[in-house]
Amino acid sequence: MADTVLFEFLHTEMVAELWAHDPDPGPGGQKMSLSVLEGMGFRVGRALGERLPRETLAFREELDVLKFLCKDLWVAVFQKQMDSLRTNHQGTYVLQDNSFPLLLPMASGLQYLEEAPKFLAFTCGLLRGALCTLGIESVVTASVAALPICKFQVVIPKS
Amino acid sequence: MSRPAHRRPEYHKINKDLFVLTYGALVAQLCKDYEKDEDVNQYLDKMGYGIGTRLVEDFLARSCVGRCHSYSEITDIIAQVAFKMYLGITPSVTCNNSSRNEFSLILDKNPLVEFVEELPAGRSSLCYCNLLCGIIRGALEMVHLAADVTFLQDRLKGDSVTEIGITFLKKRDEKKYRRKK
Repeated sequence: MADTVLFEFLHTEMVAELWAHDPDPGPGGQKMSLSVLEGMGFRVGRALGERLPRETLAFREELDVLKFLCKDLWVAVFQKQMDSLRTNHQGTYVLQDNSFPLLLPMASGLQYLEEAPKFLAFTCGLLRGALCTLGIESVVTASVAALPICKFQVVIPKS
Repeated sequence: MSRPAHRRPEYHKINKDLFVLTYGALVAQLCKDYEKDEDVNQYLDKMGYGIGTRLVEDFLARSCVGRCHSYSEITDIIAQVAFKMYLGITPSVTCNNSSRNEFSLILDKNPLVEFVEELPAGRSSLCYCNLLCGIIRGALEMVHLAADVTFLQDRLKGDSVTEIGITFLKKRDEKKYRRKK
């Protein structure tokens, strides 16, 4: 789908430019650059969340929401489902994608492992934003052991 | 077997929206980072250029267009094939001069501004869609064509249409590497 290509190219350019944005980051600098990308993802995730089909929003449980993200949201955005979802049933969820499209263009394996977090920040924000629209406050982080496999960790604090 | 999820029409729209919304978030972020409209415009153009240099390969792979023999043909392909493929619109093309190297793309619809009603306050010189100019310029450069690409008119600025001007520049002297005696 040509539409996704445009998004992927734009995302790559954003990572390159908004990262290079702060040439002398200082001790808190790295986190700062990632938070810009994460913040943009959050904004977009919230807007996307508002556009999702209404009938899918009648969730009974938190787990249903996460399943929805793994299936419907992921398919809408990345044309594939999340490959696995695990939870400790206490508010922590690990979503694993074995061939994450935004990492695919990079080499597979351990090369560029250091660069990988930059390519995940926007998507972490996207997930957090979508959850926010669905009424859930969360903290979303991501980790990569070997490209293109990545894990998104969603922590929903208990009120 | 039920219809695959990603073929549902709502998801197709979400896919289109994803790019447009992300672009909007990008412009908003740049407006935060840069006070002057010219700086934001320049940054968008620069990013577009980077995208264009890579997008052209994707375009050529998908479209299988043949060799072009005139600037007019190239502009037609940009409008009728590339814009259609990536943004789902077909701008109309006009030629602006007799030497046939200045063209305009008139955008009747512009998906990039779908969620934009008006420019932010104090941002009257912002070329919201300047990424497009950079993309076209970058793509053309990858096929060895130098061009100036700018917005000539912009509906967001109150003009009646949105018009992108493409001016193909003279090719450099191809004998520049001729050895001097």
